[in-house]
Amino acid sequence: MDTPARLRPMLRAAAIMLATAVAGPALTSPAFAADPIKIGSVVSATGPSAFLGDPEAKTLKLYVDELNKKGGLLGRPVELVLYDDGGDANKARTFATRLVEDDKVVAMVGGTSTGATMAMIPVFEEAGIPFVSLAGGIEIIEPVRAFVFKTPHTDKTACQKIFEDMKARGITKIGMISGTDGFGKSMRNQCLKVIGQYGITVVADENYGATDSDMTPQLNKIKNTAGVEAVLNPGFGQGPAIVTRNYAQLGIKLPLYQSHGVASKSFIELAGPAAEGVRLPAPAILIGDKLAANDPQKPVVAEYKTSYEKATGQPVSTFGGYGYDGIQLVARAIESAKSADPKKIRDALEATKGYVGVTGIYTFAPADHLGLGTDSFRMLVIRNGDWAIEAPAR
Amino acid sequence: MKAILRSRLTPLVALALIMALVPMIAPTSFHLRVAALVWIFSLAALGLTILMGYAGQVSLGHAGFLGIGAYAVAIGPARLGLDPLLCLLLGAVLSGLIAWLVGRPILKLKGYYLAIATLGFGVIVALILHSETELTGGPDGMSVSRITLFGWRVTGALNWYWVSAGALLIGALIALNIAASPTGRALRALHDSEVAAAGAGIDVSAKKLAAFVVAAVYAAVAGGLLAAMNGLITPEAASFSHSVELVAMVIIGGLGSVFGTVLGAAFLVVLPQTLTAFQEYEQAVLGLLIMVFMIFLPQGIVPSLRAMIEERLP
Repeated sequence: MDTPARLRPMLRAAAIMLATAVAGPALTSPAFAADPIKIGSVVSATGPSAFLGDPEAKTLKLYVDELNKKGGLLGRPVELVLYDDGGDANKARTFATRLVEDDKVVAMVGGTSTGATMAMIPVFEEAGIPFVSLAGGIEIIEPVRAFVFKTPHTDKTACQKIFEDMKARGITKIGMISGTDGFGKSMRNQCLKVIGQYGITVVADENYGATDSDMTPQLNKIKNTAGVEAVLNPGFGQGPAIVTRNYAQLGIKLPLYQSHGVASKSFIELAGPAAEGVRLPAPAILIGDKLAANDPQKPVVAEYKTSYEKATGQPVSTFGGYGYDGIQLVARAIESAKSADPKKIRDALEATKGYVGVTGIYTFAPADHLGLGTDSFRMLVIRNGDWAIEAPAR
Repeated sequence: MKAILRSRLTPLVALALIMALVPMIAPTSFHLRVAALVWIFSLAALGLTILMGYAGQVSLGHAGFLGIGAYAVAIGPARLGLDPLLCLLLGAVLSGLIAWLVGRPILKLKGYYLAIATLGFGVIVALILHSETELTGGPDGMSVSRITLFGWRVTGALNWYWVSAGALLIGALIALNIAASPTGRALRALHDSEVAAAGAGIDVSAKKLAAFVVAAVYAAVAGGLLAAMNGLITPEAASFSHSVELVAMVIIGGLGSVFGTVLGAAFLVVLPQTLTAFQEYEQAVLGLLIMVFMIFLPQGIVPSLRAMIEERLP
């Protein structure tokens, strides 16, 4: 039968569709003959959270390749089934369903944002498949869910680190100036929850909007409050840099504590000379080369930095480190469980003790699915426009 | 044959048949979830079909209405202790009301001014959902309590499949009825020429506003269903890219065709799932396929195919 001329373009379109549908699965099937162990991942490699999700995706691919080069796990190759949710929690949920129902993964490492993680949790909890999240929100692990773990430290850990340092210096009364953005609000709440344990009280509590350009009035109030011994600024973005500048302009001599939210070189650049002497908690990866030679994390951080930068040509970030710890934790759990059964992997994950990662040293427990202590942060001080490790105060 | 092709009920019957068939051939609940998402996004896009296809007005902020409906179902039960089902209805009413208030000034604009104004509306809704953390949970979103239908707690992929399919069938029936009503004819008249329509005695601005309000209600109901099915909603639902996606569904399927809208939604919901094999090139391939379709089927899938088949029939 002759194809009518008018139908031809249509058929062409249909042929393209068909070709993609047929070629699609062929492209993903691995070159391994043995039955692979499938590990799933959904990250936001594109979209507004790409600066978090992209290093995560690259790290996961890199280290699954590494695992296979070393012969895989339990003598079986490892297959990473990775999907990009584009920053959309709805898509993340669909891909999570697909990982469980269609791809039949035995474990999951992913969830770039807290929103996407929360959307995916019910899928993995229902299916009984361990899910190691790469997102920050404390609600992921509080309350503890049987199959959900996470690698990034929470705001609470940062607060505890700061208060430990204050307590060691004999500080008991502080002023707080918090951003009203999501980060600032969340950290302020977490800090206020744990502050009592350290015998510290907040005697001045101020805040500022995310786009404010002058915090002098709030800082003046804190300055004029009797008894303030140090100031804490939970905030993210440019707010903390302005606080730091105003703080110096007002000539306040009290110690200023910033959060892990500003642990990047751009903060030092924005705040300029005013940043001298500012203290903040930061993960080890930020100061990999300055870590003490006997620091257990030093070789791990150095190895990750070298491998990642060689493979991608881009500088390492804290976020990729979350992915590194996620995949290593799952790989170790599969090895120690001597099984690729999801429930056994979960049990082995929960039994993880003293795993030295990029983000920190993890020890999980039935009541603690984060497994990081305050030692996952280093207390830094800014000296001569660079980070310096602050010797712990005695 | 031509009578069947032109009949008002054909798309509805075809849709119902497909809906009944899918659960029989879907191998897992993942496939059922994708199908349910197709029905829900079809419902949202159907409203746009009425606004764009019938009345010829563009909205680039339609995900804003979807967000309003979704957050009504999330906020009502969590913060005010209302019944989730009631909130679905309240969300639709609220969305319609906002559309009416916003539509009165913006629908006086034409062409791309209208597009920009609606775009602005969508951006404002997304901003509010992002920043009113106390109310909406901020960028991380908030969880949504389960909907109870006459004492039956709706959970599971298959149940949501039927609920979303039912909602879409009702929505399609209403859309087809609007198309055949005097209002539908008036909308098409003003689509072709507003001056001529006004000359024929049609209250142009009232009809445009009506189409805008109806479109907003469709989007809000779809948003409410989406939120309730996922059990969680984030501000991403109201994002600009989502608005563009809705417009693309209407255009790819065929402007003004109810069945085409469903096909367009299916295209944009299912295709990203089949294109994951291309990994980082996924978006590029998706864009390419959309271009191919628009070049070869410029009227959209359904109207182009119908025209071809009709031409070949005796």
